[in-house]
Amino acid sequence: MTEDLLSLIKENVIQGRIAQDDEGFDEGLVGQPGASELTEKALTEGVNLEDIINKGLTEGMNIVGQKFETGEYYIPDMLASAETVGAAMEILEPHLAQSGIKSKGKILVATVKGDLHDIGKNIVSILLRGAGYTVKDLGNDIAPQTIVEAVREERPQFLGMSALLTSTMIHMNNTIEALTESGLRDKVKIIIGGAAVSEEFAQSIGANGYGADGFQAVKIMDALRNSMKG
Amino acid sequence: MARQGVLVEPYQRLKPEQVEQIHQASLAILSQPGILCFNRSAAEVFADHGAEVSPVPQPGADCWHLQIPEKIITDAVETAPKVVKLGARDENNCLILDGNEPRVRFASGSEANNWLEVDVDAFVSRRNPDIEVDVPTFRVEKGTVDRLAKAAHLCEHLDSWDSFLRTVNIQDDDITDDNKDVNKFFVALNNTTKHVMSGLTELSQLSNVVRMSHIIAGGEDRFRENPVISFITCVIKSPLQMVDDTTQTAIEVARRGIPLVISSSPQGGSTAPITEDGMVAQINAEILVGIALTQLVNKGAPVLYGSVPVRARMDNLYDSYGVPEFNQYNIDCVQMARYYRLPCYSTGGVSDIRVPGIQASVERLFSHILVTLAGPQYIHYAFGLLERTNTFCPVQAVLDDTHISMVKRFVRQPIVTADRISESLEQVRRVMGTSHKLYVRFVRSALRSGEIAPPYPFESKDTVDKTLLRARERMEEILSLPPSHMAEPVVDKVFQEVPGLLTRLRGS
Ligand code: B12
Repeated sequence: MTEDLLSLIKENVIQGRIAQDDEGFDEGLVGQPGASELTEKALTEGVNLEDIINKGLTEGMNIVGQKFETGEYYIPDMLASAETVGAAMEILEPHLAQSGIKSKGKILVATVKGDLHDIGKNIVSILLRGAGYTVKDLGNDIAPQTIVEAVREERPQFLGMSALLTSTMIHMNNTIEALTESGLRDKVKIIIGGAAVSEEFAQSIGANGYGADGFQAVKIMDALRNSMKG
Repeated sequence: MARQGVLVEPYQRLKPEQVEQIHQASLAILSQPGILCFNRSAAEVFADHGAEVSPVPQPGADCWHLQIPEKIITDAVETAPKVVKLGARDENNCLILDGNEPRVRFASGSEANNWLEVDVDAFVSRRNPDIEVDVPTFRVEKGTVDRLAKAAHLCEHLDSWDSFLRTVNIQDDDITDDNKDVNKFFVALNNTTKHVMSGLTELSQLSNVVRMSHIIAGGEDRFRENPVISFITCVIKSPLQMVDDTTQTAIEVARRGIPLVISSSPQGGSTAPITEDGMVAQINAEILVGIALTQLVNKGAPVLYGSVPVRARMDNLYDSYGVPEFNQYNIDCVQMARYYRLPCYSTGGVSDIRVPGIQASVERLFSHILVTLAGPQYIHYAFGLLERTNTFCPVQAVLDDTHISMVKRFVRQPIVTADRISESLEQVRRVMGTSHKLYVRFVRSALRSGEIAPPYPFESKDTVDKTLLRARERMEEILSLPPSHMAEPVVDKVFQEVPGLLTRLRGS
């Protein structure tokens, strides 16, 4: 019974279905419970949280990753699945704290001051959520001071900043300086991305990483996370 | 006189009833779900004119939900001028954009960060060291003031390039947000006598840029008759959100009655539906709401219907210009603009690949031909843009000029008249009476009048493709011509009265 439920969750991740109204790849799925409903059900039935995450969501996402690698899945498929995992994780989150299971970590993301480009940042957010991180999206056009305050309040392990304009990338630098001044710099690992910036720029402003795309973002976060453990 | 561009018999992709259906769909979108507006003045203006406006709680930003009634849109379409003049330093280079006339002009575009140089290198064959070939190699540089000047200089001498839209983002060390606008406009205006169009980085610089343009046009009144510059604003961030600062810019420019492009650039599949009808209904709604705003703040303010619909790529969700759908979306938008009789600022000629070559030529020629056939009054992005608008390459711009001249030649209307037919019949009879049976003798006058297309100017005679090398030579030739700088006293006056100009630009 539990096994059936877990494999249904997994299957819905693969099909990228958050809720019952969503379509998937196969015919006739609309109307049947999606990952959210199934996750709720698993919770009420007392299924082990770790199993939901590992055998349902993560296994599903791993298969999606393979399908993407082999070219069967495109980015929209990947995003739909990652979004599905994110939605399920949101349902699980309040329960995780009680049971002592931790998410992979919390990241604040923002597009910097003066910059409204957010498509890339949103993609990165979805993929990070799908990879098991807790993402708090501050939005776009976010001033350094606002980011500093959010870091102080939310105490994330990571901060992700995005900039697509050469005129706004400087605010990444400003934000890092403001964090340093507030004594918060060593509390967060900072990764940056967006068409305006580069690996060299990341190094020059003292960021901890640069992600050319959403997949790299996940890889870099995982690497930073491992280095923090060690 | 004005630059003539080319008059086309428009290719109609949408049937009249489909245009009407899309118009209705756009109105439906404007009423439900409506528009999210992050600019207070705009929200107030719309509220004053009968839109339903309610505040939306948003952390860190003021935001309103607008439901726009049909009347606001139909009134705006009514009062927006059907003919917009874009002036020029040399008034013979001005453009008269008439929404009723499918006459196409070509302009550059973007604010590319990269400038791609084409170098020539010699390579020796490993198999046979006697074989040595010259091959183009590519070098990515940053956009700078000097390079912007070079691009404007090229524009001045390339005949299909009707108007200069800033090509590269100037990233010199002495350029800041506060002096960028005056310097980019100055450099462009000082190197071409054609119309100059650009976005504004800082609203606070608007009055300085306008002051400069007045001086260059010969006074404020002359500027009204011959607006040597115009502005572009992306009022809308797709889907359906009015951005605070660009909306404010649009309001200020419209108030001053300076020609303004209201442009929107949704990506089918990410920030707009990927379906043709959904995409066009949404972008049309977005442009109409921007145009409505300009008309509410200043009835009769000159605006262009700026459509820049693109498609998202499915492998990385980047924007794509090379796919066929790009052309479908763009042609449909031209038809929508024509339905409103508004002059259309359309889009074509960009490639997804980073360097010139086969892919670049195929992708850009595809849209150069198809979008021209649709008959917009103005096509931007048409010169030199690669890597999805992130790179400008001057050698590519030289090629584009040639390709556009071929397209222009192709779209010219056929001449079939009784006189012509009888002349042709006469030719056929005469030639059939000769022993050689060749028509060559009858070509001569047409050859001299320019009626006949020349061969491809960059053709290679041997088995190595030297197109890029030839185009590069042509570019060097043009750049060695003296630039068309403004008269000394005008430059003096500009430097006296407009703050922020870099002194090193005096002679360039
Ligand atoms: C779409 C777009 C817009 C839309 C934005 C819509 C939106 N919701 O974001 C609109 C129309 C609003 C817009 C406005 C403007 N734009 Co614009 N825009 C673009 C465009 C065409 C595509 C950007 C995009 O979404 N790409 C797709 C996404 C998926 O890619 P991405 O953002 O790079 O993100 C990926 C990676 O970079 C990375 N990543 C991104 N963020 C992060 C963060 C982290 C932490 C990590 C690890 C990784 C990461 O992962 C992402 C996923 O793979 C680019 C050109 C281009 N081809 O890049 C111009 C471009 C960025 N815009 C440009 C300009 C000039 C403007 C305007 C100034 C135009 C104007 N005059 O009004 C305004 C500025 C508004 C503002 N204040 O920000 C220029 C910038 C040049 C410069 N000066 O630096 C560009 C390069 C176009 C050009 N060549 O002229 N724009």
